[in-house]
Amino acid sequence: MDIKSLEDRFEAKIAAGESIEPKDWMPEKYRKTHIRQISQHAHSEIVGMLPEGNWITRAPSLRRKVALLAKVQDEAGHGLYLYSAAETLGISRDEMTEQLLSGKAKYSSIFNYPTLTWADIGAIGWLVDGAAIINQVMLTRTSYGPYARAMVRICKEESFHQRQGYEIMLTLCNGTPEQKALAQDALNRWWWPSLMMFGPRDAESPHTEQSMKWKIKRKTNDELRQQFIDITKPQADILGITIPDPDLKWNEERGHYDFGDIDWDEFWQVVNGNGQCNKDRIAAKQKAWDEGAWVRDAAVAHAEKKEQKKQKLSA
Amino acid sequence: MKKNEWPLWEVFVRSKNGLEHRHFGSLHAADAEMAIENARDVYTRRSEGVSIWVVKSSDITASNPEESGELFEPAKDKVYRHPTFYNLPEELKHM
Ligand SMILES: [Fe+2]
Ligand SMILES: [Fe+2]
Repeated sequence: MDIKSLEDRFEAKIAAGESIEPKDWMPEKYRKTHIRQISQHAHSEIVGMLPEGNWITRAPSLRRKVALLAKVQDEAGHGLYLYSAAETLGISRDEMTEQLLSGKAKYSSIFNYPTLTWADIGAIGWLVDGAAIINQVMLTRTSYGPYARAMVRICKEESFHQRQGYEIMLTLCNGTPEQKALAQDALNRWWWPSLMMFGPRDAESPHTEQSMKWKIKRKTNDELRQQFIDITKPQADILGITIPDPDLKWNEERGHYDFGDIDWDEFWQVVNGNGQCNKDRIAAKQKAWDEGAWVRDAAVAHAEKKEQKKQKLSA
Repeated sequence: MKKNEWPLWEVFVRSKNGLEHRHFGSLHAADAEMAIENARDVYTRRSEGVSIWVVKSSDITASNPEESGELFEPAKDKVYRHPTFYNLPEELKHM
């Protein structure tokens, strides 16, 4: 079959709402876009463990500690589900790791902000996982089968993440004035970066049109961002803390909250490597990769030795 | 960077006795034993399973989607393999 009719068949399948599976024919650009997006998503889960891991040993109680440990372990699992999904498209795990370490592959900019206080762990669960959930729920219906299935599994696990974060915020907000101030400070610092997680405005998002056409995305960045704001504002009200945006107001006509301008300069600065923690994050991953090398090699050597022994026994 | 990548394994989990093993996903491990241990950690952290199978991905032979027409389309016109093909009187219940 020639390329043109393969492409037509592919487009018809997508239009009919069918999933694309690993061995199906797909346009090279569809494959590349997915490798980029899924690996970027996987890297975000993995790098995202670092800011939260920072507080595991200093969690204020055993209850908080086991919850945070379990959450960070889930994020490692999310990274693995996603790496596996990307591997079905013909890229190896090592290649993806190389791309992360060399800076060729990006990860979500949110993880280049530091976790300065315990309240940041609350704010991350509430806002960062909250924003991730909105994006990921949409992606459970994405057109590439392995990606969609990974998302279903991830979404099942995410809701505990957000609830544990919100509970931390709630406890702080019901505590002493100093504790409530910590919660407010964390909200002040994490609010705008959380809104940036949805990516550039639709008008400035070059991939959106193609992504919608191929049903990689079902909603645009701006739609998802609005959805997040509408859901989150009442949650802040319950906590009794204030979202740091004087322009945030309910718009009766639109049926949505209006909100102020996002500092896109900051967004691009962080994307391009100049955030507060970009260098630390990659350095930590590089260190883990280098120091784990002997473990990876030893495991292979051990497996080979066991295999040889088995063959000798059966010979 | 040294190229010593662990092979890929497909993981099948029985969620409870009485049900079949279902494909859950894949992971890397140096050998089968480690694949089972990793599968326990990656896929059954919330009591999702009571039994795990792992099989090297490279040992799986899959049908080719290009040939799915020849493979699966012949079944489409064999409607007589379905109970609804047969015309029976309304009075006849439970058949
Ligand atoms: Fe996650
Ligand atoms: Fe999460």
